[in-house]
Amino acid sequence: MPDFLQALKDRKVLVSDGAWGTLLMDEGLKAGVCPEIWNKDFPDRVGIVAKKYVDAGADIIETNSFGGSRIKLDHYGLGDQAVDLNARAAEISRKAAGEKVFVMGSVGPTGKMLITEEVSESQMFDAFSEQGIGLEKGGADLLIMETMTDLQEAGIAVAACRENTNLPLVCSMSFETAGEGQFATMMGITPAQLAEAEFLENVVVLGSNCGKGTQEMLGVATQLRKETTMPLLIQANAGIPAYDAGEMKFPDSPDDWQTYINKLFDLNINIIGGCCGTNPGFIENIRRWVDETYS
Amino acid sequence: MSALLEQIAHCVEFGKINQQSPYPPDMKGQPGADELAKEALEAGIRPEEVLSGGLVVGMQKVGVKFRENKVFVPQVLMSAKSMAAAMAHLKPFFASGAIQRKGTVIIGTVAGDLHDIGKNLVSMMIEGGGWEVVDLGVDVSTEKFIESIEQYPGCILGLSALLTTTMVNMEETVREIKAKHPDTRVMIGGAPLTEDFKNSIGADYYSPDPQGAVEYLEAV
Repeated sequence: MPDFLQALKDRKVLVSDGAWGTLLMDEGLKAGVCPEIWNKDFPDRVGIVAKKYVDAGADIIETNSFGGSRIKLDHYGLGDQAVDLNARAAEISRKAAGEKVFVMGSVGPTGKMLITEEVSESQMFDAFSEQGIGLEKGGADLLIMETMTDLQEAGIAVAACRENTNLPLVCSMSFETAGEGQFATMMGITPAQLAEAEFLENVVVLGSNCGKGTQEMLGVATQLRKETTMPLLIQANAGIPAYDAGEMKFPDSPDDWQTYINKLFDLNINIIGGCCGTNPGFIENIRRWVDETYS
Repeated sequence: MSALLEQIAHCVEFGKINQQSPYPPDMKGQPGADELAKEALEAGIRPEEVLSGGLVVGMQKVGVKFRENKVFVPQVLMSAKSMAAAMAHLKPFFASGAIQRKGTVIIGTVAGDLHDIGKNLVSMMIEGGGWEVVDLGVDVSTEKFIESIEQYPGCILGLSALLTTTMVNMEETVREIKAKHPDTRVMIGGAPLTEDFKNSIGADYYSPDPQGAVEYLEAV
């Protein structure tokens, strides 16, 4: 297996994967079912999603563990299986990734807020620790704290995974527009504040995922790049979804992304993938544009 | 007298819960919504005035600032906490019927969806607007919503969804509610929702921000 940090240095752009939830639904996952239990009940179906992104040409694939913290799993009575479900998530992606593609263990927010005291710092720390331990055990090469909105929670996730694993860490937050040309997470954190976070010494990549569409993401990426020389990851949604005949459809198609991706190249973004509404078709295109631009 | 109400509104707007609370830093050591509400009632200010001239005013101000991106979720949560601290002093008057709520709002996140931050924010803003809120929690089935409508006749419903995949469940819930209780008004909210979506599923109101829900309730 190549070294992730070396690859980050050597290669101009690494391609990561796209959305998982909607692809799992294509495999039969119903809304209301805990996606992570599928790592145990239907590993082959989860593996199909992982394999699709490997086949699309991703250098990095994630894991089916976004909601894999004990705090989230507790809703389904699965909290005690947190380490196991995360380990299985990483094993499934590892198997699909083989020895050339990196596995980036996904760690999402707990959905609980420190400020309202519905969860304590130590509960959060323990939950993120379990998740990191499980993902490392299952064979992850690195971890991403993603879709974060609270800098304090992100910091706890980073600290927990730093203390309990030996893996490189990525921290990615979700920003919204907050007035003309301004961006902030729902907790009021700006890209500049992320770029100055206290936990920077423990992460190797900063980034942004989810949010609205590519236009907004370019604004976020521009601000992050202005504030930091650290490697950056960007994973946008395929536009803002619109309701059409009984289902939500994301407006962008893979071919719509070329101009956007070129702009990310101009901003020296180091890892590029997709978030909600994207699929292997987006990743195939990004792979091709990266190869055409940097071969 | 009105100075006291203004102070309460100020505490709620800026999230000053009580004297011990360190937040916000520039009000450290000063009395909070808790102490001031008690003082107001002891001074003979009518409870409904404490509610309408203090709590409602403060929550309305923070709701507008939230809509304008001048404050974010943490500030609104602190405001809601200070409102709750003051509201605790008003509880006996609600119980005795000395003051009346404007009506009942039933709120919940639709089936399959566990996200509650947005729903909780709206719930707090509505309560701060003087309404009784019955919060059914997350992953709420259509049956549970319908049961609650029957339990609280004349209520208004608030449905939340964060995921594009659970918005479909929202449509189903709205359809069944409207089939059984065509006169019940249904408000919807959540990050991926739009006015178009509201129209297509037959809901009555959509707001991209919690203050919009409060204003809608005032209007109907």
